[in-house]
Amino acid sequence: MKMTKTAIASTLAFGGMALLATAALAAGADMGNAQKQETNWHAIIMFVIFVGATLGITYWAAGRTKTAADFYAAGGGITGFQNGLAIAGDYMSAASFLGISALVYGSGYDGLIFSVGWLVGWPIILFLIAERLRNLGKYTFADVCGYRLARTPIRTFAATGSLIVVIFYLIGQMVGAGQLIKLLFGMDYLYAVIVVGALMMIYVTFGGMVATTWVQIIKACLLLGGATFIALGVMYNFGFSFEKLFVKAIEVHPKKVAIMAPGALVTNPVDAISLGMALMFGTAGLPHILMRFFTVPDAREARKSVFYATGFIGYFYILTFIIGFGAITLVATNPEYLAKGLGSLDLKGGNNMAAVWLAHAIGGNLFLGFISAVAFATILAVVSGLTLAGASAISHDLYASVIMHGQATEGKEVTVSKISSIALGIVAVLLGLIFEKQNVAFIVALTFSVAASANFPVLILSMFWGGLTTRGAVLGGMIGLLMSVIMVVLSKAVWVQSFGFKEALFPFAYPALFSVPAAFFFSWLFSIMDNSPQAQAERAAYEAQSIRSETGLGAEGAASH
Amino acid sequence: MTKWRVKVSSHNAPSAANLASAEHIRNNPKFKELVAKRNAFAWTLSVIMLAIYFGFILIIAFNKAWLGTLLSSAGVTTIGFPIGVGVILSAIALTGIYVYRANGEFDEMNRQIIEESR
Repeated sequence: MKMTKTAIASTLAFGGMALLATAALAAGADMGNAQKQETNWHAIIMFVIFVGATLGITYWAAGRTKTAADFYAAGGGITGFQNGLAIAGDYMSAASFLGISALVYGSGYDGLIFSVGWLVGWPIILFLIAERLRNLGKYTFADVCGYRLARTPIRTFAATGSLIVVIFYLIGQMVGAGQLIKLLFGMDYLYAVIVVGALMMIYVTFGGMVATTWVQIIKACLLLGGATFIALGVMYNFGFSFEKLFVKAIEVHPKKVAIMAPGALVTNPVDAISLGMALMFGTAGLPHILMRFFTVPDAREARKSVFYATGFIGYFYILTFIIGFGAITLVATNPEYLAKGLGSLDLKGGNNMAAVWLAHAIGGNLFLGFISAVAFATILAVVSGLTLAGASAISHDLYASVIMHGQATEGKEVTVSKISSIALGIVAVLLGLIFEKQNVAFIVALTFSVAASANFPVLILSMFWGGLTTRGAVLGGMIGLLMSVIMVVLSKAVWVQSFGFKEALFPFAYPALFSVPAAFFFSWLFSIMDNSPQAQAERAAYEAQSIRSETGLGAEGAASH
Repeated sequence: MTKWRVKVSSHNAPSAANLASAEHIRNNPKFKELVAKRNAFAWTLSVIMLAIYFGFILIIAFNKAWLGTLLSSAGVTTIGFPIGVGVILSAIALTGIYVYRANGEFDEMNRQIIEESR
């Protein structure tokens, strides 16, 4: 029992839907280890094929990665459709796949609440951000914030926000990857983390954005294909009737008819709304996601990429829902997969194995191996995107803009970026080892809250409000950043579960409802109070910025017209 | 406070031709029309998306039992399923609608504006 709880907590924690779920599912569970399983040869062989193919692509990409534009943005030569797939590959973590299916398996309808939350940030990115980002920026979202604001403070702020998000997201992915691989492949935690770290360093350092993009595209295709196959297998068993699937699931599940409506996961209205804000606006402030918009040639392709990405991600979440219900009906009825025999939902290896055991129920050992390999590939694609975004924040924002005042040569900048990728890889492996037995459930809350409270307000205001000044942006953004970090630390997930205090000082799980408006408010307040000549010049520069942001005139790598 | 430089990195420095074009665009009524139309459209769709999503969240927060209402007395499917899946589909549909109009009508206006500025 303890084993199951901890396994749920560990995988839920690392990439995704922990959020409200952790409070309910992980309450009282320490972050012990998932049990090491027998060596899974099918999975290992298929994973080796995947690694071989992606290393081949990296070799090919390395030959095409010569300039800084190639390294950071794949030379702007990715089409909207390819980028849509790559965005989906960057965004759909193993946690979305295994975690949401496990959530549906355990609680039914509640899983859908999370799927929806992960998706709805995308339309907002399209309507408000994508084309302006493409028109104003070059390699990082700090290019946009820094378009008319002072270089040193704004770049330092944006790079800090990016690195906090990237490093914490990486920790979560690393810890989750280690646990998951131990579970799926029967590999030691230490080796699992080192293999992930080494591969992501190779992809990013040698192949830059070209290799990262293709790793993400391949992974997205494998994941969508695998999930589709499982979902079709489930529906085939029920004559493609949802009604029959639901009837069987209600019959099997201990919660009976309660799985057909929202249950215990979302109880507090403040948490529900705060979670919604963190998911929606946090998505629009993730540096590795924003960076993908610089890989397309123009605003037109940037828009298309969001449409395709939203379609793929939405389709995928609908599949995870079918997979979760499928697991209730086909896995929880087979003693082969159950830790405690029929009548209990507890799965061998923990409930995050729901989708994996379902794959076995539908396609046997070979397909189980395939799905395990896909889960591993999924982690690699996500960490590669994160590493590249972190490395660009260091090389493009901190090194080239802040330290070298924009005078760095392109070659030097790329070299610094490659060194940073290796450094980030090493840091990620070390943190993964340090955090192995820690409760990392707070990490999702932290990354999405920081992204929503620091990066998102400054990015939106710099694009839409001419009155924004450097002082306003930096102070307002820092207030959002500090508030979100402090509130997460004082919340139950860290204050009580990690530090062992009795009462949480901040009563809610997510700070976004408070920290996002605060960041907007203080950015506005400090901007209107700023009447320095500097601030006046910055306001005056808005008109030129808006012409470029609306029309793409002079945009980097814009299509020839 | 240290003196913060206004001029940012070199890639933002506009060329002389761009400056002249920008001047022309600024005075082109079509530009104002494009910005007004596209922004109104983008914000309208954003508000629709926010309303759909936070509407869904508020139902969960305040009246989750309603989502458990059966679709038909003969079956077991609840109203929550089409609503939840509907939120997902509405996100996809809204992005489709925006891209259709932005890549068609708005890009054509944009092309004309750039054309006229040279």
